[in-house]
Amino acid sequence: MTALEARDLVVERDGREVVRVDELQLAEREILVVLGPNGAGKTTLLLALATLIPARGTLRADGAEIADPLAFRRRIGVVFQRPLLLDRSVRDNAALGLTLRGVSRDESDRAALSALERLGVEKLADRRATRLSGGEAQRVAIARALALSPEILFLDEPFNGLDTPTRRALVTDIGRVLRDSGVATILVTHDRDEALALADRVAVLMGGRVRQQGSADDVFSRPVDENVAAFVGVENVLPATVERSTDEMTLLRVGSALVSVTEQPPDGATAVLLLITPDDVVIARARGSSSERNAFDARITRVETIGRRVRLTLDCGFPLVAHVTRQSARELGLDEGASVIASFKATGPHLLPHQPKSTGN
Amino acid sequence: MELIVDGLGEAIRRLVTLDPELREAAATSLVVSGSATLLALASGIPLGAMLGLTRFRGRTLVLSLVNTGMGLPPVVVGLVVALLVYRSGPLGGAGLYCTRPAMVAAQYLLAAPEVIGLTAIAMQSVDPMLRLQLTALGATALQSLVILVRETRLLLLSAAMAAFGAVISEIGASLMTGCNLKGDTRILTTLIVLDTGAGNFGGAIALAIVLLIVVFAVNGLTTWAQQRRTA
Repeated sequence: MTALEARDLVVERDGREVVRVDELQLAEREILVVLGPNGAGKTTLLLALATLIPARGTLRADGAEIADPLAFRRRIGVVFQRPLLLDRSVRDNAALGLTLRGVSRDESDRAALSALERLGVEKLADRRATRLSGGEAQRVAIARALALSPEILFLDEPFNGLDTPTRRALVTDIGRVLRDSGVATILVTHDRDEALALADRVAVLMGGRVRQQGSADDVFSRPVDENVAAFVGVENVLPATVERSTDEMTLLRVGSALVSVTEQPPDGATAVLLLITPDDVVIARARGSSSERNAFDARITRVETIGRRVRLTLDCGFPLVAHVTRQSARELGLDEGASVIASFKATGPHLLPHQPKSTGN
Repeated sequence: MELIVDGLGEAIRRLVTLDPELREAAATSLVVSGSATLLALASGIPLGAMLGLTRFRGRTLVLSLVNTGMGLPPVVVGLVVALLVYRSGPLGGAGLYCTRPAMVAAQYLLAAPEVIGLTAIAMQSVDPMLRLQLTALGATALQSLVILVRETRLLLLSAAMAAFGAVISEIGASLMTGCNLKGDTRILTTLIVLDTGAGNFGGAIALAIVLLIVVFAVNGLTTWAQQRRTA
């Protein structure tokens, strides 16, 4: 059964089309993550799906077209980037939605306390909401939505603006609560880690359009085009030509090197783009065995520290980017100019059709 | 110097003995200005909220008129109301000239723009996302309005203070519409003018002290309520 379905959904702003979604479905008990860069139209899409802004097209909930937006909004819960709590007690904030829906004080208090408990903030029930930390306030905001026992939960980048440990703890807890409650959820975010941690399914939104939908694994390892690939973190997008292709293996020429992949060239193309995720590249100081497939002598041309990771740019007959931990970089002595062996499995890379740019002659 | 010393002595005497004329003027001031302020709050908060929260053609013009109203000279308002309620004026038949209701009407016209303008500013200061959150929680327009008024109550208390301050201390409008009738429409400010004109400085000083005490007490009370919420 589909909890929510959008068809030909169009949102316009100042006469300009900002979001157009041909089809988007949310199954019951599913967590759908709408992933996209800043300005992609994620929040606009979420607001349109929640009937909070005007949109053209068809919206169906439980198979029935939504005719009364207020009635629909009383079946859902929405959490925004900021907690937006009132200057009241935490308990009153958590019970607000139920109070607005005319639920009795006793019943709304019980539901609010239960939701606060699930989010681990029940001890704050009598505290004034304006005195909470950012993480606590966001937990209360989520509890406020969950207290409604919504049929669909809409989360608009609820972890933004939180420090890393708080965010990590909240993502874990939210994941558990959502799985336990089984509420169908749409989460919009620009954060790939959040998508990977929470999503049953991912929809990549770019320029107001859904560019790809699928399981998180599928989207992250099989992006449909270069833009999606770049956004999901596939930094190695290499033009290649097909040397040979069999049912088991495709041999590609990339620069001066030969690369083997298990994937077939799309539509029998001879010119392809080879997509390799930096995390899939393994760096070693020496070869494991001489017959190792896709193992290349490489020289490190650039070393950048990004948080707890180190980004290596390599020259192995073609440019290649790899990510390693800081500990690995230190232990292996991965400095600029160092010679290493870079390798990746033949099952890792993904192939896209490639239209070589015209030289203009 | 002797004039001031004598005046202060007389003022103390009138305050200590709770001079009946002084008490009467103070009570009338509170009734008239309090009524005008309450009316201004009752009508100005919804109007100000609508101005602050909605967008419509001509809204900027309306806001400009309200802001102009915040600086209206009391004598101009007094003149307009007096012309309306004067015996031969359009509303002369109602017999309102030289009555407290006429004074309340004039003071209302002075207080209402303060309440409307400051309420509109208070509503505009509300995070637009909070309004969206309330809608998302299933609130009706009226429920949202009530919550937003409650959320901005500190600013609305300021509006109440500004409105009361504007009318309790004005003289022109009250004098022109109430006619300063002893035991009826005489208020603190008009009595101060009368006493000063008659050279009764002691009485005028005593009245001025009472006026200051009234203003301080009302503002002190609202400030206390305001700060209690932020503490």
